[in-house]
Amino acid sequence: MRRANLNSWLLAAPLTGVLVVFLILPILLITAVSFWTADEFSFRPDFQFGNYEYLFGSAVAWKVFGLTFMMTVIVWALTLVIGFTIAFFLAFHVRTQKWQMALFLLTTIPFWTSNIIRMISWIPLLGKNGLVNQTLIGAGVINEPLQWLLYSSFSVCLAFVHLYTLFMVVPIFNTMMRIDKSLIEAARDGGASGFQILTNIIIPLSKPGIMIGSIFVIALVMSDFVTTRFMSGSQLANVGRLISNDIGLLQYPSAAATAVVLLITVLLIIGAMLRLVDIRKEL
Amino acid sequence: MSKMRYSRRNILKGGAAAVAASAFPAPMIWAQNIKDVVLRQAGTGVSAFNEVAAKVKEDLGFTLEMTALDSDAVTQRAATQPDSYDIADIEYWICKKVWPTGNLQAMDISKIANYDKIAGTFRDGKLTPDSVIAQGTAPHTVGFVEGPGSTTFATQDSGWMTLIPTIYNADTLGIRPDLIGRPIDSWAELLNPEFKGKASILDISSIGIMDMAMVCEAMGEVTYADKGNMTTEEIDKTIGIFMEAKKNGQFRAFWKSFDESVNLMASGEVVIQSMWSPAITAVRAQGVPCVYQPLKEGYRSWGGGIGLSAGLSGLPLDAAYEYINWYLSGWVGGFLMRQGYYSAVPETSKLFMSEDEWGFWYEGKAATGDILSPSGTVIEKAGAVRDGGSFLDRMGKVACWNSVMDENQYMVRKWNEFIAA
Repeated sequence: MRRANLNSWLLAAPLTGVLVVFLILPILLITAVSFWTADEFSFRPDFQFGNYEYLFGSAVAWKVFGLTFMMTVIVWALTLVIGFTIAFFLAFHVRTQKWQMALFLLTTIPFWTSNIIRMISWIPLLGKNGLVNQTLIGAGVINEPLQWLLYSSFSVCLAFVHLYTLFMVVPIFNTMMRIDKSLIEAARDGGASGFQILTNIIIPLSKPGIMIGSIFVIALVMSDFVTTRFMSGSQLANVGRLISNDIGLLQYPSAAATAVVLLITVLLIIGAMLRLVDIRKEL
Repeated sequence: MSKMRYSRRNILKGGAAAVAASAFPAPMIWAQNIKDVVLRQAGTGVSAFNEVAAKVKEDLGFTLEMTALDSDAVTQRAATQPDSYDIADIEYWICKKVWPTGNLQAMDISKIANYDKIAGTFRDGKLTPDSVIAQGTAPHTVGFVEGPGSTTFATQDSGWMTLIPTIYNADTLGIRPDLIGRPIDSWAELLNPEFKGKASILDISSIGIMDMAMVCEAMGEVTYADKGNMTTEEIDKTIGIFMEAKKNGQFRAFWKSFDESVNLMASGEVVIQSMWSPAITAVRAQGVPCVYQPLKEGYRSWGGGIGLSAGLSGLPLDAAYEYINWYLSGWVGGFLMRQGYYSAVPETSKLFMSEDEWGFWYEGKAATGDILSPSGTVIEKAGAVRDGGSFLDRMGKVACWNSVMDENQYMVRKWNEFIAA
């Protein structure tokens, strides 16, 4: 018994070590630095709440957090609907496994290029003299180019959805593939409509996949700074940009404080989501 | 090629060097040693050209490694990581921020061969004997310190320089004349509602705030005692006006890097914006009309120079002085002038430029033949005249220098609010 106990400790030790050194320690360090004071170039150890006071007292910070939330909710909803639909189609409408895999791989093709390229490639498409505007003007639908296509919340949202839908597709597709097909047949035999099958069988059984996808998307959107910067032409800010601005100006303690608040917010959201679905039980 | 293989040519070269070394011992040993020196230069992208590093290798024998960063990142590195660079290629306002950290060392002007030929702007602040010194961090005010180890700036030429000036220019607004269709002559036009959704300003606080100040002053909304050193009240007013404009949709985007400004202008997203001289050239090189518009209120000017890391000593320090002397000896000057910048020692640069090039870039004369960029593409045809005219016309109308204010931290906070609002 004792030997088995020791063995399991030893087996867990390498991973624990890695997590402690590369995850726990840095987070503790960031938390510690968030209480330090800084002037223009130097920052020194201290224990004061000035960085947090400034953050919570700043109307701009509240607004930016609000905008980040709003963006996260919109992007989450869109990626969920699109991702679920694609996964559903792949899992239940495509008959052969060969085609399922082929089409699944097809959805990953855009991800063979870098994040930045996929994002930037929208710019020539959406610009004032971009392809979309030219086509619409050419077709006589509009007379003036649409301004809101680029450097707007719209373009930021669009880029996010484009970038992160795959993170929904993969886990949902994965859980859907593991749903026993005989359940669906039984439901159909029992007289359930397609919609009833969807709401009573497929959605409940896909929940773990939906949750994992949601956690990916929420964490990615909330921590992003570069997409927002490029797609809004620097006109919108999210929390990530507040942090990167602070870092650029050597205000590490203030950046650390913002990072800690962001981390806590994301953890709370994910914690709440995990209350809804016990991923481990369902996997 | 494998390093292990000895080619006949290398052995001959080695032999020749050995013969020469025994014939003239001292200088050749020096020349051999210096080949191993690697100087790491960190700086803003403006003067980080690979051509310069290649020419250093060719002319001086040692290796220059260049890292280009944006202004904020350079400041950060110069102030916090003195061991990560040997040469800091920075602007004078950055010098004002970084010098007090003690990470740079003062340079002895007696070791600078062309010191006497450096433009007056960098020595006593006067371009011509009767020119008025502009507001902001004028280079000569932070160009000297009392002596080695001193962290306070000297008020006049003390024999110890903080930065050796290398490059400078007068900046103004860039416009798309074809899309605007009428003359533009004032900074105030940036906020003209006529250009709603078609204007841009750069998102680098220390430079952007100066462009803002030029605009607010031109509009008659704010009068500044010194644009380069605003009071908190002046900062509030200035940023307030721009926040209002942002809310009203005046700006299409803000840009942070050179290429962003080029793309905004070339694609027609923006018709009027803060811009840097080579960005104008890049837009024109795409066949898109773009003018670096001289404005009646004058230019916002900046100057850059190279400083030495405090840790530099011995042979690398000697190599750094060699590099500085080489920098001022003309080849780089000519190279930079062809980019639309000015060299700190114009008269040596002249030796490395054709008469037509010198006439076009420096004297503001009409080009007599095609004007080529350093990479060889035609950027101006015969008959073209430089926007803003001659060196004296442009540098003589500087209204303020890029600067760092006493209220810098307050300004930066306000700037972040402007961007985030």
